[in-house]
Amino acid sequence: MKNGLKMSTGKLNFYYAEAQALHEISLDFYANQVTALIGPSGCGKSTLLRCLNRMNDLIPYSRAQGQVMLDGEDIYDPDIDVVTLRSRIGMVFQKPNPFPKSIFENVAYGLRVKGIKDRAFLEERVETSIKRAALWDEVKNRLHESALGLSGGQQQRLCIARAMAVEPEVLLMDEPASALDPIATQKIEELINELKNRYTIIIVTHNMQQAARISDVTAFFYLGRLIEVDETEKIFTRPGLKQTSDYITGRFG
Amino acid sequence: MLQAFMFSLFRLSAVINGAALVIVIGFLVSKGWRAINWTFLTQMPTDSMTKGGILPCIVGTLIISLGSIAIALPIGVASAIYLNEYARPGRLVRFLRLGINNLAGVPSVVFGLFGLSLFVVWMGFGVSILSGCLTLAAMTLPVIIGTAEEALRSVPNTYREASLGVGATKWQTIYRVVLPAALPGILTGTILGISRVAGETAPIMFTAAVFYTPSLPSSLSDKIMALPYHIYVLATAGTHIQATRPIQYGTALVLIALVLGLNLIAIIYRTRLRRRR
Repeated sequence: MKNGLKMSTGKLNFYYAEAQALHEISLDFYANQVTALIGPSGCGKSTLLRCLNRMNDLIPYSRAQGQVMLDGEDIYDPDIDVVTLRSRIGMVFQKPNPFPKSIFENVAYGLRVKGIKDRAFLEERVETSIKRAALWDEVKNRLHESALGLSGGQQQRLCIARAMAVEPEVLLMDEPASALDPIATQKIEELINELKNRYTIIIVTHNMQQAARISDVTAFFYLGRLIEVDETEKIFTRPGLKQTSDYITGRFG
Repeated sequence: MLQAFMFSLFRLSAVINGAALVIVIGFLVSKGWRAINWTFLTQMPTDSMTKGGILPCIVGTLIISLGSIAIALPIGVASAIYLNEYARPGRLVRFLRLGINNLAGVPSVVFGLFGLSLFVVWMGFGVSILSGCLTLAAMTLPVIIGTAEEALRSVPNTYREASLGVGATKWQTIYRVVLPAALPGILTGTILGISRVAGETAPIMFTAAVFYTPSLPSSLSDKIMALPYHIYVLATAGTHIQATRPIQYGTALVLIALVLGLNLIAIIYRTRLRRRR
């Protein structure tokens, strides 16, 4: 693993009220790599993802215990400003969730809430972000129309553009293609491959082939525990544990 | 067979409902339309209110409806935002909701007495527009809080997460994403509120409305005439109950038209909001 360490968790436990969803997770994420989190439903992979930008803070009576480091700083430190943190760590959700606003305003949103009003700057950044999300040619003539008129696949690329517009360092993706058809999925996967030159990407996926195609490192979870983590190629060809091999060959889960 | 029977039963219920509305309005129109003319709508009443117009009642009802909504809407929406977006679910919130729901069921005459003792007497506002607006605002507040909360709850959580996820603060999320998405629903609550407020008699008879004013109100401490109270007065307390029948129906017709008109404005605005997305 030649790239630099970008994020890591250290003995991370997470509780929804009394139910423990994560047990002692220690995992490293490297810059410019795609790390895939896989495992059966309820294994804690989405919970872990949402700990990485503290989105879980929204859930009443939940608590996290342990460390989550971003560039050597603990993001659960009380002195950390969670708003700034979330602009450094972008997130793309399972279902495309554009705002009921125009395409332009969706992408500009993260900049506007930072107080940026300079029209030329906004236009330039919106264009760059939509281009990086490989959506520009499809929407350049309708930037001021509602984002809800786009297809599901286009909406998801728009959400990726929206996340990228604030220039985050890490992109978290929670099953970003699970609600999309195969062609739209392929586009998202190609996009992820492009984007890893720029970002650290952490992706939750239910789809084994997808994890094998797009990720550099794969981490397998089961019942809130990290079972095995290694280079994707190794996990899918010579997994170290029988449990992992059973899961990726479809024997359970 | 059973299905066909049940369907016709449902259809009948719908028809009865529609018919009731048509009959009530038709009755008012047939009895009242002769009373309505330009003088009736634009002049002060004369000859012990047996002739002339009902302008002060129209003005009074408009002022007090819009005034009370202007007070209740911001407070109601703010309360709903607190309950739905900020407050941690728990005993306090459950208690507050219980209180609000119960308040919505309190008869309007109780609000009238509440307004009389709190605003008119204790706070010393007297029988005035201010007291009336505050009383009606208190009465309509639970309706507005309830519908506003419903509207906020129906905004998908994914919008909130998307907004927070790009580094918006909680308030920015509420102000820029959640509130605009909830606005059509909140307007529905406002429509319900206005309709209820404009037609109320009991809460204003102790707090704002009087039998007769010689001129239009010019300040918040003035008393007013109001359409529902005017109908009540002419129909029960006047000395010319029979002679003023056409005026009573005319006034009722104007009241209905006013409520429908206010609703229509709000509905058109809501439709335009919905279309804009």
